[in-house]
Amino acid sequence: MIVRLEPRGAVAGWVSAAMTVAALIVAFVIGGLVLAFVGGDPVRVYLHIVNAAFGNIGVISDTLVKATPLILTGLACALAFRMRLWNIGAEGQFLLGAWGASAVVLAPVLPVGTPAIVVIPVMMLAGAMAGAAWGLIPGLLRARLGVNEIITTLMLNYIALAWLQFWVFGPWSEGGFQQSVTFPRTAWLPRLTDFAASVPALGGLTTHLGLVFALVATAIMWVVVSRTRFGYEMRLIGDNPTAARYAGVDIARYVIVVFAVSGALAGLAGMSEVSGVVHRLQDRISPGYGFTAIIIAYLARLGPWRVVLASILFGALILAGREIQPSGVPAMIQGIILFCLIGSDVLVRYRVRVARRGAVGAT
Amino acid sequence: MDLTLILAAGVASGTVLLFAAIGEIFAERAGVLNLGVEGMMLIGAVAGFSAAAATGNPWLALIVAMLAGGLLSVLHGVVSIHLRADQVVSGLALTFLGTGLARVLGNGLSSVGAVATLPRLTVPLLADIPFLGGIFFRDQSVLTYVGFALVPLAWYWIHRTRPGLHLRAVGERPAAADAQGVDVVLTRYAYVVLGGILAGLAGATITLAISPGWFGDQTVGGRGWIAIGLVIFAQWSPVRAAVGAYLFGAIFRSILDVQGVDTILGVANPFAAGRSATFFLEMLPYLFVIVVVIIGSREALRQRIGAPAALGLPYVRGERGA
Repeated sequence: MIVRLEPRGAVAGWVSAAMTVAALIVAFVIGGLVLAFVGGDPVRVYLHIVNAAFGNIGVISDTLVKATPLILTGLACALAFRMRLWNIGAEGQFLLGAWGASAVVLAPVLPVGTPAIVVIPVMMLAGAMAGAAWGLIPGLLRARLGVNEIITTLMLNYIALAWLQFWVFGPWSEGGFQQSVTFPRTAWLPRLTDFAASVPALGGLTTHLGLVFALVATAIMWVVVSRTRFGYEMRLIGDNPTAARYAGVDIARYVIVVFAVSGALAGLAGMSEVSGVVHRLQDRISPGYGFTAIIIAYLARLGPWRVVLASILFGALILAGREIQPSGVPAMIQGIILFCLIGSDVLVRYRVRVARRGAVGAT
Repeated sequence: MDLTLILAAGVASGTVLLFAAIGEIFAERAGVLNLGVEGMMLIGAVAGFSAAAATGNPWLALIVAMLAGGLLSVLHGVVSIHLRADQVVSGLALTFLGTGLARVLGNGLSSVGAVATLPRLTVPLLADIPFLGGIFFRDQSVLTYVGFALVPLAWYWIHRTRPGLHLRAVGERPAAADAQGVDVVLTRYAYVVLGGILAGLAGATITLAISPGWFGDQTVGGRGWIAIGLVIFAQWSPVRAAVGAYLFGAIFRSILDVQGVDTILGVANPFAAGRSATFFLEMLPYLFVIVVVIIGSREALRQRIGAPAALGLPYVRGERGA
């Protein structure tokens, strides 16, 4: 008996969506088995995750706070992956964005007392530009010298972290601690709770303006990728670089631009995190957002709106996962999810036929 | 400080990279890119360390580590060879899974303290060679010598034996290899698993020989990725990989040494651990990887040496393009 994979033609959208959901369920079942194996109680862990992430309006708000950087970094990865550029460096671009935005306050670029209406846009610009610069390095190396971007983006993650650590341990350290001073209120993104005076129901809700940035970026990316010439040529390069070259598309230019934009999105995520949540620069500002973003992009099958959905799911996992012991459980579940997605992908692309040996060719 | 001692320690720490890089060379020579090295090393490291803590037998622990690395790599094999999934995504998934699993399994191990480590040896006559003897043959872990032996063995296997010829054929022209009667799928599985075993060995080299202990995912700390960068630099040759591995080992070691010194010639050392400039030193290995990958890409371009032609491509019998 042999198992054969036969390519399917186009599949309906609901089939691939159903497969994705099925893959998620299978992943959580496998994750639960592993948990039970190492002596945990999977049912309790999962109930805890649901409760701690969606149990009441307060924690839903917290989940959205965690989802915000994931949406932006997820878009960064989805954009690059659409062109089959493996930007594994969203984590480093995120850190550089956080650094660039913080520099506006800590260097300081703007004089103390500048109103928020000026400070916030300048921080956004600085964060996005620092992220874009960090993305340009692998982009230029790939476009001009043909250097493998997987290795360079990964290495730049480690370099970005060391760079950030230098600043928070050294020039910007607050009294020898591994963090900067707290930013002045003018450098804080507005949060829902800031409006509690007029709408008491918003009290304690920490969802901040960064979520709006993320949703606007999602909308823009959706329009650009699916409705413009730029998006069309980008998708063409991703699907068939040879055809794109014959069509006269300047691939190198696209590689550079896409890497810069991808870096800028991740950099904006870093800005939104320091300005909207942490309100200071620390070296531990990311629990691996840039890496989770890779899985999110894949889970979303590179669709911008689906990135938002996937980010909320993973935001919940990260939020609730903080209290789960052992600490590696969320990372492990993420890995299992990715494997199950790959597996489900095969079922979407191929029909599995079990045939008796010798019956080959009976398609 | 004694230069011989620093370089000797560099050789020891380079052995970690050497095992991982040669494992990856085997897998990539067969046409399978495995980006899961970091995850497999972590699994090997944690499996070896916990087995040593539980049994007190470092040799048994070594075998457990290699089995664990090999076992994890089977997953990548199934997904990328049988299911024809994208090897980049599958390899990344392997690293996520390995990292998470290692942290789950390593829960509580960081407080174990000292475990039985593998013996260290001095080779009688060779250790007396001036300079070089002290670097390569004095008081090294037994695994370092395994590394020395592995380099010529791997080279000979790839370039001078029949199975090595099949290996290269499968990586360059799987369809032609298939037509010659080579089992492409079996060959790919074999070398992916061999790569996993060697990555597991690399992880165990850290926890059982070079720097015993469990420090979460910092135990491997990106060395799996450095090994993958080395493979590009080495242009898929074990000998060049050895040069790169020992070079990087020496860089890693000297960084630790510089960080350990408080004053240099009476001046406070700005790069000492705990001072902020120390982080510029920590960037160095990763910067060097970028530099060597650029050099490797340039050289490969100039000499027209490419990656194995079928690297990253699934093989489907009877389909064009393979």
